[in-house]
Amino acid sequence: MLKKTSWLVATAVAISFGGIAQADWKPTKPVEFVVTSSPGGGTDNFARMVQSIIAKHKLMEQSVVVTNKGGGSGAEGFIYTKVAAGDSHKLTFGTNNAYLLPYVAKLAYKPDELTPVAAMALDEFLLWVKADAPYQDAKSYIEAVKAKPDTFKMGGSQSKDTDQTLTSLIQDATGAKFIYVPFQGGGAAGVQLAGGHIDSNTNNPNENAGQWKAGAIKPLCVFSPTRLQEGPKVTATMGWSDIPTCKEAGVPVDQFQMPRTVWLPGGVSPETVAFYADVLKKVSETPEWKEYIERTSQTNRFLAGEELKSFIASDDSKNRKVFEQEGWVVR
Amino acid sequence: MENFASLLHGFGVALTTYHVALMMIGVLLGILVGVLPGLGAPNGVSLLLPLTFTMDPVAAIILLTSMYWGALFGGSTTSILFNIPGEPSSVATTFDGYPMARQGHATQALTLAFLSAGFGALVGVILITVLSTWVAKFALRFSSPEYFAVYFLAFASFIGLGAASSFKTIVSMGLGFAFAAVGMDTVSGGLRLTYGFNELLSGISFLIAVIGLFGIGELMLTMEEGLRFNGISARVKVSDVLKTIKTLPRYWVTLLRSSAIGCWMGITPGGPTAASFMSYGLAKRLSRRKDNFGLGEPEGVVAPETADHAAGSSAILPMLALGVPGSATAAVMMGGLMIWGLNPGPMLFIERPDFVWGLIASMYLGNIVAVLMVLATIPLFASILRIPFAIIGPVIVVVCFIGAYTVAGRPFDLWLALAFGVVGYLFKKLDYPIAPLVLAMVLGDKAEDAFRQSMIMSRGSLSIFWSNGLVTTLMIIGLVLALGPVLTTAFGRLIRPKASSAVA
Repeated sequence: MLKKTSWLVATAVAISFGGIAQADWKPTKPVEFVVTSSPGGGTDNFARMVQSIIAKHKLMEQSVVVTNKGGGSGAEGFIYTKVAAGDSHKLTFGTNNAYLLPYVAKLAYKPDELTPVAAMALDEFLLWVKADAPYQDAKSYIEAVKAKPDTFKMGGSQSKDTDQTLTSLIQDATGAKFIYVPFQGGGAAGVQLAGGHIDSNTNNPNENAGQWKAGAIKPLCVFSPTRLQEGPKVTATMGWSDIPTCKEAGVPVDQFQMPRTVWLPGGVSPETVAFYADVLKKVSETPEWKEYIERTSQTNRFLAGEELKSFIASDDSKNRKVFEQEGWVVR
Repeated sequence: MENFASLLHGFGVALTTYHVALMMIGVLLGILVGVLPGLGAPNGVSLLLPLTFTMDPVAAIILLTSMYWGALFGGSTTSILFNIPGEPSSVATTFDGYPMARQGHATQALTLAFLSAGFGALVGVILITVLSTWVAKFALRFSSPEYFAVYFLAFASFIGLGAASSFKTIVSMGLGFAFAAVGMDTVSGGLRLTYGFNELLSGISFLIAVIGLFGIGELMLTMEEGLRFNGISARVKVSDVLKTIKTLPRYWVTLLRSSAIGCWMGITPGGPTAASFMSYGLAKRLSRRKDNFGLGEPEGVVAPETADHAAGSSAILPMLALGVPGSATAAVMMGGLMIWGLNPGPMLFIERPDFVWGLIASMYLGNIVAVLMVLATIPLFASILRIPFAIIGPVIVVVCFIGAYTVAGRPFDLWLALAFGVVGYLFKKLDYPIAPLVLAMVLGDKAEDAFRQSMIMSRGSLSIFWSNGLVTTLMIIGLVLALGPVLTTAFGRLIRPKASSAVA
């Protein structure tokens, strides 16, 4: 029943939007979803979720083909998109790596050679420690790290990427000093924490939820301006909304989130951008999408057009400041 | 005992006509993608994934895992018949499988490979059934130093195996490390050895290298030697399959040892590739017919196949219990789990026991179905060798290039495969061994990452490799294996200075 209603809503939205986007561009052949991560990664799940919703609700007449181009932390996919300039049948899925990667590695594309279409969700970051660690809150953990600089190990996914950027922000804000250990992905960093080989990590909710539920690790705070959405309890006593924000907990890093973004190649018509933005908007209104957002404890936030541009600009400058200060910027 | 009750329940879930039919379809599709080099299990599974979105999770995972088994078997088929490994983990199978096929024993080689693979897989699944809880806890004890020790062990067990001079082995291994280093580096986040080629950003795909080194290189040699396969005269008789089945118990020591190595590497997780190389290395060292290895020794087929499949099936456990995929294919399946609404991790066993035990039960059934089906295809595959080379040769070239293209859909890879083909040809002409290159290419970057992560953790002190019982034990076994041949020779010389040549 619920499904049917939302389908009706989606159709109604489609009709009302139809008037505006009526300049009427439509894909004329199968659309390629370029995923800038390897199969199984967060971006891969994001793109395949969108694919499955489009198929289920028949939001596009043409079929969708997913290809993974995750080489070079995703650079492979973005370069592929750049080279496809003018091709309206390639939709590229990424994070803020789309505009941040060119700072830290010498790559054959510039962010302005891609056309932003939408940001569909914000993935959250939390500070996690082992469940049996003697710290009850973020403040006492940070104090312990400050007391013994360069002995606590912070694990994360990759190098010069979101996790290390966040670690650097925490160090600046608090004066603590970690040893940052880069792993292949957030999953590995989660298991290393559960096994007690590192002292903390800054994983996304989805990457650590299983270990938290199993009682191996615990969250100390979330790097978000507000607490996470209420949901069912994860452990016997706590749910996502019971985790304090880092600011509340005395770690003055108020906001660090990673947008899940969608791009087109450069040189495509505004009608094309409007068409895909509209389809993705409809995707974000389905119950399946809500279920995905809730299951992965991300923040549901749909951005397109001017709103998206200003979001990217501010996220870009915030990250660039860290990169410059850490000396990661190439050339 | 509780596990057995759950397993029986799982059989109840898996044993429906619908699910068995899915298994058969999955295995068939798997054999198909496995036989095409380059397509392989990870690609096959991701192609099939969208079809499963509308299925219920149990049916979907049964289809995907059956395809995985089928692809593993298909990969061994091409290793033996054409010296083209369909999967990284079946490289070691080519060492003796292909010589056997060339001598006209293709049927025996295929039968032994499939049966020992089935045996290994079953041991792996039994391990999962019996020890799931313990194993998941044990895997948590592994961190970067332990990983490095495991990779070191794999390299060490392979040292001193080839007949080639140690200088040539080192050159070959060094090249492998260099190829493995290409692309984005995890630890520093920088690009290495890409020379401005965008195509090299994602590194050199191992599959491309294998298609070139083995497939195309081998074809060039065959052409030079007179345009024919030596296996042509081989008669294909169904009774050969049955006869070979009877010889299997002879290899029980190898079967058990290789299963143990496979399970160990699947859980730790060094992965199926490391497992098959290690198992082959040890089998050669411990065998009485050492000298026959590499020339068509049946034990040299049994050992890597058993370990490969034991590792492949026991690697599913870390995926389910920890949420860490042990292989590329497992990573795709994990993505699938998320889309079907399941969260891999320690709680999966508790929250969705019907799914977990249905899957484990389907691993038993799926492997049995797969072994029966591939055994039935042996006469068909073995008779491919009887087709004149003038016909099959060009077909293999086409298949190789299609395979190289499917890996990532890039024309650049075709040139790369051709270049590797020339390298493979030169290596064989100059008597350089290819195996060390392959091993270094597969495990090189993993070993490097693990080593550098360890160094970051210990702030540059090597003592981290002796910091606990587990890693110390692994390192000592590794050192003994690495230095073993040198030490025996040295001791032999000390004791009998004049008769050093007599030392084995």
